Amino acid sequence: MSKLSEKTAALLSEGTVKLIIGYEQGTEHPRPAFCHTPEDCERLIFNDECKNNLGVYLTKKEIIGEDKIAVVGNYFVIKTVIQLNRENQINLDNLVLMTVDGDEVVTFSSIDEMQQYVDTHEPAPNEKVLAAIEKIDKMSREERWAYWKNALSTCVRCYACRAACPLCYCNRCIVEDNCPQWIEPWSAPLSNMEWQINRIMHMSGRCVGCGECAAACPLDLPIGILTKKMGIDIKQTFGGWKDGSVLSTYSIDDKENFIK
Amino acid sequence: MERLIIKSDNIGTWLAKIIDSVPRVLAPVKDGDKAEFKSIKSADGVDYDSQTTISSVKAAAFPRTETLFAYEKEGMETKLYNVAEDNFVETVIWRARPCDAVGFKPLTSIFNWDYKDELYNQRYDKIAIVTFACTSADKCCFCTSVGGGPGNTEGSDIQVTMIDKEKTLVEVLTDKGEKLVALAKDLFTAAEDSIDKEKALADIPAKFTKEQIHENLAKAFDSPVWKAQSERCLGCGACAFVCPTCACFDIQEDAHGNHGRRVRCWDSCGFSLFTQHTSGHNPRPTQATRWRQRIMHKFSYMPDRLNVYGCTGCGRCSRACPVDMNIAEHLTSIANSSHE
Repeated sequence: MSKLSEKTAALLSEGTVKLIIGYEQGTEHPRPAFCHTPEDCERLIFNDECKNNLGVYLTKKEIIGEDKIAVVGNYFVIKTVIQLNRENQINLDNLVLMTVDGDEVVTFSSIDEMQQYVDTHEPAPNEKVLAAIEKIDKMSREERWAYWKNALSTCVRCYACRAACPLCYCNRCIVEDNCPQWIEPWSAPLSNMEWQINRIMHMSGRCVGCGECAAACPLDLPIGILTKKMGIDIKQTFGGWKDGSVLSTYSIDDKENFIK
Repeated sequence: MERLIIKSDNIGTWLAKIIDSVPRVLAPVKDGDKAEFKSIKSADGVDYDSQTTISSVKAAAFPRTETLFAYEKEGMETKLYNVAEDNFVETVIWRARPCDAVGFKPLTSIFNWDYKDELYNQRYDKIAIVTFACTSADKCCFCTSVGGGPGNTEGSDIQVTMIDKEKTLVEVLTDKGEKLVALAKDLFTAAEDSIDKEKALADIPAKFTKEQIHENLAKAFDSPVWKAQSERCLGCGACAFVCPTCACFDIQEDAHGNHGRRVRCWDSCGFSLFTQHTSGHNPRPTQATRWRQRIMHKFSYMPDRLNVYGCTGCGRCSRACPVDMNIAEHLTSIANSSHE
């Protein structure tokens, strides 16, 4: 039995937690795993292929219930927990957050520890996405418009990008509002674009950069470029991710005076 | 049925003839790693390698967004405009898989269950399907478990089987198929009896039978299996939207002052809003109940009501799922357990 399986099984048998969410081997790649008994924990694995952002389950009450749970997550899950905590969406008293660093199973006991881990373990940026951003940045405004209109025209509006995002947790999404209908809910080039623009705007300064929106897209649409580019722009204009949500942060010292 | 042979090198020439005389030819085209059915104007660039396209070809008869009718108000008068005839285009679906062709059967049953859906029927009537039998399969394929197979001809107008580098078998199955062969008559010769199609087909061992699933589901409505299987499901619509048989739709109003149109667009039973009542009550309040609906609909309600199963074993939902909800794996566990 691996160290990870031993540690997690112990949490369940001691009664510390009721559920452990981690990764198990799937059809081609690892996938999310839910362990309710110590025996279930034998399936748990952890490696670089464990990509799913398990933070997405932390706001699903029907999955996690009211009991204490443990999550064995990757770098982005830890970053997500920090952000969800900042947005008052999770109760840290009911969460044991763990990861695997080399051979060691790490358990975090505070947000500071998580932040320290995130600060020192940043993964290499996705070169493919950066190259795509560079290419699009060089386009004229008209070329960019044409590029995105075409790229998003085949979107079927399955909302896998929304479902896979741990920070898309609204009970009622703007795309499902129909009084007024902000965005047409059927698939069409313009409304597909409106949907993505809304999604990205709502992510501004909150996105943890896990790329799960793009990974979830069944059609492989290049939507990961949008979140990444927004992250870069936000960093340049408003400061880093740590400084809080851009859309909901107001400071008396803001240089814009239209709101005063 | 007629069995013909075409030289493998001549398949492109035959397709070019079809493109010349049929207004719309849909075929898999690769974009990056993944292939999708696209309208083609040339025989070059058709993808013959990928197992399946990401999306099924159902959009040819059931578009993701379609206008049901348009209207215009003038004073007290309301003018209605039906869908124009030229919306229904004669179409050849080229290099579909046997599981693509079979997918139109459940779709047609749903759209003719009680109300006859003329928009669907008119589109479907104009489609001819040329399937290419599967000589290989991937981890997500399970057609043989749901009554299909790599050389299944059901629903096809023509089935093409690559026998070897030189020879390709062409089975002409319907009148529509005959017309497509007639476009390039001199490319074909009669097939000798010795041509063995079965030998060329992929080996796809069955994991369960659909009857086994149907039987076990009769006892499984309250089974804990639904919660266990659906725990990781994110509730997106990727599986339904790539599925060849999922037919759930929403009807929306595209209103602009005194004119507008009524729109039908794809929907999914996996969405939490799908069954949400205006009162706020939701009869399928959890992902477990929605996952149960997905499986029950395909393997219990459809065979009971329409005498057809709602799954072709194409495996698209499993390939598209962001959290690897492998349907064949889940069905195998349903087939092997008794949910008393």
